[in-house]
Amino acid sequence: MLPAAPLHSRIDVLASLREALLAFVLALVVFGPVSGLMLSGYKVEPHWLRPLLLAAVVAAGRFAIHLLGQTPAGRRMVARNQARVHGGVTVAALGQSPNRARLLLVFVLLGAFVIPFLPWLPVPDALAALGGKYWLSNLILALIYVLLGLGLNIVVGLAGLLDLGFVAFYAVGAYFLALGAQYLGIGFWTALVCAPLLAACCGAVLGFPVLRMHGDYLAIVTLGFGEIIRLVLNNWLEFTGGPNGAPVPPPTLFGLEFTRTARQGGTPIHEFLGIEYNTNLKLVFTYLVLLVVVILMVRLLTRLRQIPMGRAWEALREDEIACRSLGINHVVVKLTAFMMGAMTGGLAGVFFATYQGFVNPTSFTFFESALILAIVVLGGLGSTVGVIIAALVLTLLPELLREFADFRVLAFGLLMVLMMIWRPRGLIRPQRPAFAPPQEVAR
Amino acid sequence: MDWHILAQQLVNGLTLGSIYGLIAIGYTMVYGIIGMINFAHGDVYMVSAYLTAIAIAVLTGFGIDSAPFAIVITLALTMFITGVYGWSIERVAYRPLRGSTRLAPLISAIGISLVLQNYVQLSQGAKPQGVPTLVSGTVRLGTETNFVQMTYIQILIVVVSFAAMAALTWIIRSTSLGRQCRATQQDRKMAAILGIDTDRIISTVFVIGAAMAAIAGVLVTLNYGSFDFFIGFVTGIKAFTAAVLGGIGSLPGAMLGGILLGLFESLFSGFVNTDYKDVFSFALLVLVLIFRPSGLLGRPEVEKV
Repeated sequence: MLPAAPLHSRIDVLASLREALLAFVLALVVFGPVSGLMLSGYKVEPHWLRPLLLAAVVAAGRFAIHLLGQTPAGRRMVARNQARVHGGVTVAALGQSPNRARLLLVFVLLGAFVIPFLPWLPVPDALAALGGKYWLSNLILALIYVLLGLGLNIVVGLAGLLDLGFVAFYAVGAYFLALGAQYLGIGFWTALVCAPLLAACCGAVLGFPVLRMHGDYLAIVTLGFGEIIRLVLNNWLEFTGGPNGAPVPPPTLFGLEFTRTARQGGTPIHEFLGIEYNTNLKLVFTYLVLLVVVILMVRLLTRLRQIPMGRAWEALREDEIACRSLGINHVVVKLTAFMMGAMTGGLAGVFFATYQGFVNPTSFTFFESALILAIVVLGGLGSTVGVIIAALVLTLLPELLREFADFRVLAFGLLMVLMMIWRPRGLIRPQRPAFAPPQEVAR
Repeated sequence: MDWHILAQQLVNGLTLGSIYGLIAIGYTMVYGIIGMINFAHGDVYMVSAYLTAIAIAVLTGFGIDSAPFAIVITLALTMFITGVYGWSIERVAYRPLRGSTRLAPLISAIGISLVLQNYVQLSQGAKPQGVPTLVSGTVRLGTETNFVQMTYIQILIVVVSFAAMAALTWIIRSTSLGRQCRATQQDRKMAAILGIDTDRIISTVFVIGAAMAAIAGVLVTLNYGSFDFFIGFVTGIKAFTAAVLGGIGSLPGAMLGGILLGLFESLFSGFVNTDYKDVFSFALLVLVLIFRPSGLLGRPEVEKV
């Protein structure tokens, strides 16, 4: 336990050592049995080194933190961090010229649009591989997570409602396309319009009774709802196909199909354009549509944050009681945020189903919700740019570090804890847009 | 409907419900004292199941064959180590967040839950583990074909759970520690002014909750014999449902809620459908939260500025 800051400024190394020893013993108790004695059958195999190593790391960390806490520099650091943690939201300065940022944005967007065409362009092989099947699939998945992150960011980041069942809306979108195609014969474009609406309706039905109550309960209710959706999808064999899932038809564009031969009564696009057939065509199409949707979504979000509804979201997050006493209808405002988030989740679901070609309930577990939450938390609750970067990093980095795939969940969990302690508002500090009063009012 | 099937489901429900009640205590006490949902509690229970199997394996390795002795030692060891888990989690992940944003402890708890699951999976492997049968035998009532049976383990579960709940009730009602807990729960700031070390009390509550989950972990492991690193998730939500059903923050409520939920679930899976019993429990959770968020014994919450 941390003693109160000592009155004398002398650095007490002995006290730090004592703390480290205590931490070592505790860590041995915690890590000893579970990591040191591995069950095999009804017997245990000892692995003595693992708990000792873990405990040594914990003790060294405790020693360093305790020692640093005694130095003036360390105390200043803690104070600075505390100020940042409790500092609230900053507002962007008025009249900032975002020209350089705009230029960068244009370049990034151009780059993003060029990527799928790289294999056809005269560029080095290493760069062309980025537009190949492997990286294109990963990029599509990353963009789907960007969309999911943006959706959850509205709910958690802007409105401050912890939604642990976000994946349910994702599932609604994905299954709408799969089952709609199976029973009603709808296609990609119909689903793209209808699935978000359906997801938003689900959000409204769930949200309306729940949003009136205490914030923490919402987390549990949404978690329960997410599990209910998954269990129903898993158990209702006749309708959803159960654990085997349901197939999703490939997308079409004005009757043009992306398969080698036309299966849905249209023309294959490679015949129409007179180019050679390429298995990537479907991916290229999905990627481009997804990219456009993501860009529109970002634009929509930026605008939403500036209108009264968006500002009410953030105000509610900061202080609900103050907002209610100022006459904001908290249920309606929260509901709009919840529905917007659900809508984005449904949209992402349609792309996921199209990308995968089939859907089954294992894609919609609680872990998926936790991953999306990790994206939002890392990116900064409320920061659009942060969420986009975090989604790209958290989905593409594991592809690069495949050897450490087992440690992925561990890393996400640690990340969430550490972020909450050091940077509860995310790595990129969100800034609220500033408003200049109209000239007539100012006068 | 045959009476013996109904009675059998009630017996099973009572056993299941005692377990839910024990785990729900951890949720309800932590919620009562610092107002947060300790999301990692279900995973603490999962860790205790592993600790049980490890303790039993080690004891068998030392040649201890007497079942009662092995169970008592296992229970003590598991409660102690799980208690240390509870203490450490509070110290590392929740205490630095006092006075932070409202979402911060919840997100941190989800992080801890992921860490515990993955840590156990990495160190013990993903495949289900098990324990040997230590106690066997049943008590039967009724005729050859129509009977109600209760295994010795089920009797042990009910007896130990009620003993633990009674002991905890006594601690909270009649000891100095219990008075301090209740004072901290009523008004943390005032309790601190009156000289109660509230940080220590909060730590104690986490230890008590973890120890109760450990009892549940030992009993469930002895009963079912097998478990994996993912059992904490579903059991955790159900125990939380029990806590909410009884009225979150209320100790007798947690026990009552646990037993009620156990009975409901058992009857539902016995007479309606087994596949959807989890759906039923989660739906019950959602409905209770919507229509009676203060539960059966809880007091309605008043938000203060």
